[in-house]
Formats: sequence, C-alpha cells, structure tokens
Amino acid sequence: MKKTTTALVAGILTALPWAVMAEDSSDPIVIPVHNWSSQIVMSNVVGQIFEEMGLNVEYVTTDSQAVYESVRLGDVTLEMEVWEGAFGASFRAAMEKGGIVDVGDHDAVTREDWWYPMWTKEACPGLPSWEALNDCAELFQTAETGEKGRYLDGPVDWLKHGQERVEALDMDFVVVNAGSAAALWAEIGAAEADQKPIVVFNWTPNFAEAVWPGEFVEFPTWVDGCDKDPSVGPNPDALYDCGNPADGYLKKAAWDGMEDKWPSAYAVLEKISFTNPQIAEMARLVDVDELEPEEAAEEWLATNEDVWRSWVE
Amino acid sequence: MAALSEGAPAGFAAPALGRNRVAVVLLAAAAVLTVAQYGGLLPAALHRVPESAVPPFAPMLDAAFNFVKDDLGLLALTRWLTEGLQWVLDVTANLLFGKRRWPNLGPIPWTAIAAVAGVVGYYLGGWRLALLGAGVFIWTALIGQWKDAMETMSVLVVAAPLAFAIGLGLGILAWKHRAVDAALRPILSALQTLPFFTYLLPAVIFFKVGPTAGAVATTIYAIPPMILMTTLGLQKVPAEVVEAGEMSGATRWQLLRHVYLPSARTEILVGVNQVIMLCLAMVVLTAFIGMPGLGAKLLSMMGSFKLGRSFEIGITIVLLAVMLDRMSKAWVVKQPVHHEKGTSWWRCHIHLVVGTVLFAAFCVLGQFVEVATEIGRRQSFSQGKLIDTWIKSFLAIDAVQAVTGFLRAFVNVQILIPFRNFLLSIPTPAFILAVMAFAMWLGGRRQAIVAGVFFGLVALSGWWDRSVITLYSVLSAVAIAALIGLPLAIAASRSERWSRRILLACDTAQTFPSFVYLIPAIMLFGITDIAVIFSILIFAMVPLIRYTVEGLRTVPAEMTEAADMAGATAMQKLWKVQLPLALPTMAVGFNQALMFAFFMVIIAAFIGTQDLGQELQRTLAGTDLGKNFVLGLCVALMALTFDLVILKWAKDRKRALGLD
Repeated sequence: MKKTTTALVAGILTALPWAVMAEDSSDPIVIPVHNWSSQIVMSNVVGQIFEEMGLNVEYVTTDSQAVYESVRLGDVTLEMEVWEGAFGASFRAAMEKGGIVDVGDHDAVTREDWWYPMWTKEACPGLPSWEALNDCAELFQTAETGEKGRYLDGPVDWLKHGQERVEALDMDFVVVNAGSAAALWAEIGAAEADQKPIVVFNWTPNFAEAVWPGEFVEFPTWVDGCDKDPSVGPNPDALYDCGNPADGYLKKAAWDGMEDKWPSAYAVLEKISFTNPQIAEMARLVDVDELEPEEAAEEWLATNEDVWRSWVE
Repeated sequence: MAALSEGAPAGFAAPALGRNRVAVVLLAAAAVLTVAQYGGLLPAALHRVPESAVPPFAPMLDAAFNFVKDDLGLLALTRWLTEGLQWVLDVTANLLFGKRRWPNLGPIPWTAIAAVAGVVGYYLGGWRLALLGAGVFIWTALIGQWKDAMETMSVLVVAAPLAFAIGLGLGILAWKHRAVDAALRPILSALQTLPFFTYLLPAVIFFKVGPTAGAVATTIYAIPPMILMTTLGLQKVPAEVVEAGEMSGATRWQLLRHVYLPSARTEILVGVNQVIMLCLAMVVLTAFIGMPGLGAKLLSMMGSFKLGRSFEIGITIVLLAVMLDRMSKAWVVKQPVHHEKGTSWWRCHIHLVVGTVLFAAFCVLGQFVEVATEIGRRQSFSQGKLIDTWIKSFLAIDAVQAVTGFLRAFVNVQILIPFRNFLLSIPTPAFILAVMAFAMWLGGRRQAIVAGVFFGLVALSGWWDRSVITLYSVLSAVAIAALIGLPLAIAASRSERWSRRILLACDTAQTFPSFVYLIPAIMLFGITDIAVIFSILIFAMVPLIRYTVEGLRTVPAEMTEAADMAGATAMQKLWKVQLPLALPTMAVGFNQALMFAFFMVIIAAFIGTQDLGQELQRTLAGTDLGKNFVLGLCVALMALTFDLVILKWAKDRKRALGLD
C-alpha cells in the first residue's frame, strides 16, 4: 500500500505541469494485456508512464485476437503489440470496420518462421539452409510420422501455412499443429532433455531466445506476392514457396476516440517506440529473473529513464 | 463402443429379449453398410452427409441471436445488468486487491484475511479446520500469489452467492410448480453437458470482456446442482413436519421460511458445497475469456514454459478448493447451536467477536508493516526454478523415456491411430445405426430413437468427422481409465483404510485445475493423440474409481455373508456377488467418467487436436456465436446420448436387483 501511495504522490508531483497543459479525461485508459511476457511488461511500462503523467490506467486481460474488436468499440483504449504476421489480419479487418487507428511502428522488427534450437545444428551441420534441413529430414522423424521428419507448426488458427510450404518446396516433412504456444515450449523442453533434433514454429522477439538459443531456417527469401501469385518464388506453380518476411512490423494501435479524450497520452503513444533488445530485456526480467510484470516494468523504467523521458517531454 | 458394452451382463432379463434382437438387426445393418463402403459400393452421399445437404445451422443461430440481442434489446438489458454487476465486482475488487474504485479501502491485508479464515475454520470444525483455513491463505501469500488469488476470489465471492440465490429460487419454483420443473429439466441436462467454451462466448458478448463475463459464466455453470439439490431437499421434507407447521397457523411464506427450508437444510448445504466447487473450477477456466487471477496467471506461466510456477499455482488452487470444500462440508454437518437464556451477547457470538478483533488488529498492523499487507515477488518463497529442474531431470531418466517411447510407438501407432481411422472409415448412417443398437440394447426403444435423433443432428451439423474424433478420444480415454481404475478401485475397496485414502486422492485430483494436466502430458508424449488421451484419462478415472469403491462397499452385508456361508472363494464372491450388485452404481460412475471426458477433451485442444475442441477454441477469439453453439451442441448431444442410455440402464438394473 505504501508503495502505491509514494508512487501516487510522485505521480501527482510530476504531473502538475501537465495537468495545466492537457485536458486529458480522468477516466481510466484501459490497456489490454495478453498471455506473453514482453507484451505484459510493455503494457505495464506504458501504463506507468501514463500514471506518471497523472492519468488513470487500468489493465484488462484479453484474448490477443479478439482485442481488436474491443479497441474498435472503445472498451479497450490501445494495443501495444500488433504483430504483422500474427495479428495483421485481425488488425486490418478491424481497420476496415473503423474505430481503430494505426499509431505507427516500433523500431523493433518481428520475424516468424521455422526455427530450431542450437543442439539441432550439431546433428545437422548444414543448417540453417532449408535444403540442408530437408536432407536431414530423417533426424526429425517421430513414431507417428514414419519415414518423414516432423515439423511442429503453430496452432491451426495462427494460419502459418506450414503445410503449403512443405508441399510447395516438396520437403520430406509432415506438419503437425500444436494446440497452443505452451505446447510448443513443452515439446522443445522435452527435446532438450536428450538433445533430440527438433524443428518448430517460433518467432522473435520472444522469451524462448533467452532460454533456448537457436536460429531460424533460411528459406528462399520472401518476395512480395509469394502468398498470392504462384509464379513468384522458386516453385512456379505454388504459393508459399518462400520464407516469411524477416522484418515484419510491430505496430501500436489505438481506439480512434483516444486522441480527443486523452490528447497528451495519445501524443506520447505516438512517440513511443521500442527496439528488439529493449523488448527482449523486458521479457528477460519476467521470464528469466522471475519478476512480476509490474515490478519488471518499474525496474525497466528505472534503468532506462533516458529512453522514455524523451517521449514524455 | 466395445469397451462400453463390456459393462453389461450378457444374459439380460427376459423382457429384453426382443430388444436384443432389434439391437442385433441394427448392428447388422450397420455392418452391411460399412462393408459396402469398404467394397466401394456405397454412394458418397451415404458415406457422409454431402455439404449441400447440411442445413445452415450456424447462420440461422447467428440470425436468431442477433434478433434476440439487438431487436429484442437483450443486449441493452444485459449491458445494463453488467453495470450493476461491475459495481459489485469493483467493490470486492477494491477490498480484496485494491483496485482503485469505491469504497477505496482495500486491499485488506493478507494477515487479516488469514486470521478471519482461521476463526471461521475454528467455528466450523475446531483446530484442524482453523489450521487449514489460516494455512491456505498464509501459503498463498508466502508463495507470492496473493494478488492473483484475490482477483480470483473477488469474482468467486460474487458468483457463488449469486448462483446460490438463483439456484435456490428456481429450485423452490420447480418444486412448487410441475410445469417449471418440466421446463427446467431438459435445460439443466443440456447445461451440464455443454462444453464450457460454449458458456464463455455468449458471456463475453452479452456481459463485456473481463470479470463481469467471467462472473456470469461462472454463475450459470454452478446453478444446476443448486436447483437439483433444493428440489430434492424440499421433496424429502416429512409430511408430519409440514402438518405441524400448518397446525400452528403458519402462512405459506412462513411455512417455506420456517418449516421447509430448515428441514431441507442438509440438501441445500450440499448444494452450496457443489456451487462453491463448481465456481472455483470454472473461475479458473474463465481465464480463456480474459478473467484475471490464478487461471490467467497459470495460462501465462504455461505459455512461457514455467512448469514449476504453474505447478505452484495448481497447488494454490487445490488448497483453496480443499479449504472451501472442507469448510462447507463442516457447515453441512454442524447443527445450529442454541445458547441458554441469559447467556451474555458476546459469549453467544464469541467467534464473531474474536474474528472482528483480529481482523481490525491486522488491518491496523498492515498500516505500519508492509510485509503484513502484501508480499512482493522478491520476498516470496516460490521455488519455481527448483521444481523446473526436478521435472526436467525426471523426464531425462532413461526408464521414463523408454516407457513413453514404447507407449508412443505401440499404443499410439498400433492401437489408437488404427482405432481412430476405423471409426472415421465407418459411413455416417452405419455409425448412427450402431449407436442406436447400443442404446436399444442397454436402454430400450425410446433411448434408441433419441440416440438416433441426436446423432442424426450431429451428422447434419456438418462437423461429423470432428465429432467422431472427439468421440474417439473420449471412448479411448474412458476405456483405458477403466482398465487402470477398476482393478485399483476393487483392490482398494477391500479395506476401510485404503478406500478412504483412494477417495481422498480422487477428491484432490478433481480439484486440480484441469489444464495443469496438459503440460506433463505433452512433455511425456509429445503432441500426439496419446497425450490428449492421457490428460483425459487422469481426469476421467476419478469418478470411475469413486463409484466403484462406493458401489462395492455398499453391497449389503447379508449378501456377502450369504456368499461366505455358501463357501465362495474371494474371487467367486467378487465376480458372482459383489460386482453384479455394485454394477448399477459403477455404471453411474462410468457415465460420470464419460461426462468428465467430454469436458476434458475440449480443454485438450490446448495440446493440439483435430476435434470439436480445436474449432471451439478458435471461435472464442471471434464473435462467431452461431458456430460456437453448433459445435457446443454437437458435444452436448453426444454426451447426452450416453447419459440417457447409461442412467436408464442403471435404473432398470437397480430395480431388477431390488436395490432401490
């Protein structure tokens, strides 16, 4: 209780000059949190910055796909991590319906693709090239996949097109879909126990990089249209015959009423931009140092004051 | 299906003879169709319902929902109710974890809550419960999960009383008016078999994402047993008691308030116990729709592969459940205390006084000592990393890997996958005929027709293959659970002590949040069918064991003595006397196991399946209410078929054995 009081007092003191300038509403800014750590910490960091400005903030836990509908309706005020690959479609769909605005990109880039933990490379030294991976396919076989190797894709509803790629590039792999991110980690964890080679769907920035060092498989480089025009990419008759873009965007989004209701908060949100190392650092505080997200956010704000001060002033 | 029919004795009583013949005919027809399919003689339209023939149930339901929601103004009504509910939840949220809302008093220090729990425990059941009550809260605080636990509790303390009040009211109505009873019964059975994902989405749409939707879903989920127990209790009130009430000139209201309800106290309190347990089970699952608290924490811990801390959260939930369960059961047993006239007020309310004083004292203390108010992550005693290493080193043991490797290579590849492919290869009409044959054989004509209609609807839903895969997981898991659970239960039922131990283990296993089982399942078996079945089977084994133990132990002593006197060996006694007599009770356990399996198979979508659960989980992320309902109904219809047939059989059998 004491901590919050001091934080409040500090908040009010620093906010005094602001209170004069901006006429931000005193209604709470509702920030959604999802179930992965970097997003939770980042949301808390932004929330604490807003609190420093004397605004009210509230966090709600929401589904990471359904949140765009909530932002659109104003039930939730903003979204800190819009991943091009994972949420681009939901975001664009909400944009078309109206009510949500694009508040610009972070410096950070995102990448989602086939990935393997480092110990896999010892068994299959030709990696990260995809041809080499295909030549080692038998290393990845399981009781259920028989002769072929197994590639563990993300949940079906993430729509990662692993199956299409295997067909387009004629690979000796069977695609199995995990039911959740947790299932992916459990498989990697189980493989780690006896250093079994494994190739799974993964993405960056992500806590997994800190726990299991690894690399992405290098597929034919992404060319625009690879997912729409069969002639693009090495296989002239198939879609999805390239790797995913290696530098996907990471956006911020907000409810279109935010700018009017909390103008100064909106101005800050526009300036906020995190880099890959900063996001990894936030995830590390929670995933490796085992801090609670709020504490991790406090810690990050304390050590990176020079970064975020410039956004506020 | 083969596994299910094993439960029935081969030579059934005389009136069933005609029934059996019909069943055989149905089965033969199914076999002919299947063979025709294998021979390539069956037209495709008879193999699977063609897409064009599938009625657009989902858009129809969507239209109906939209009509009710927007045109009839239900959404406006529920959103208005949401405001009220939100206000109540804000109050509890403020008190328990200090959300900044009126009355801005909280958070109550953990020491104060633990002290009150201790006093309540002492009042209900002496030192042991006092220790349990206080101990659970102290554990929660020390392990560093206080805030999450309180987020969960803040919803629980609203949802449970709400479910109690609604359930009691509806129960009384159902008892008074036959029409209400008749209208409620089918709804209740449907509610009890609908997968919980189907409660969640409408809750979100009508009551906003977050705690309000969580509270509503939890409340609805917990109402049915309260209604059933209330009606049961009221029906059992002896006529003499009622007459005594009438003679003393009580009005109808007085009669209800002072005669009926106190007489039905025990049943009603059992209902309360059920409400609390179901609320706790559900409130954790509402993490899927953004309810913060222990469930959400558990999901995010699992999502970042922190097995140790997931496990600790699991323990906290179990402890909370055990505490609430024991306390509410103690309340059932405890009779109201009547003090002699002239006892001073504070002596009558000694527990209240002590509780209040301790509460106030700790609240004051909390103002000065921060640790007495909340324990941060850094001060907590969480051992997450240590448990992580334990789990990992356990998995790295060669023997463990050899066993799981064998199970994967043999059970999965040789048995489970062929079984699944076989089920999928059966033409839809043949499948329905086989289910009808099964219903005919165990239940009767009425059951067979209902089974046919229910499975026919599933076939028309357009989700047939996924439904069959769901059924396959359920049947395989229950069959394996029976193979393991029944011998265990039979062995345990031989001694009082072991029976008690195994029942305690069952109780505990049941309170564990169901999705904690998923992670060890994946780590042991990878993302395979066997992992899915393994997680279901742990969950489904509980009722099987419990009812078998209870069935065997309640075999009338005269019967076993008669067997002893006739010189039966222990084996003969078991097979010829005890098991046949216990079979109806065991069948109820079997039925429960199936219902649990239908519940768990949906959660197992988290591992990675191709069944209805996977599609259901997908709908949660959107606003696809129609599809969500169609999928939910497929699960419910299949579960209801088994429910109807098996319970009918158990009832007939009980009557035939004169056990009723």
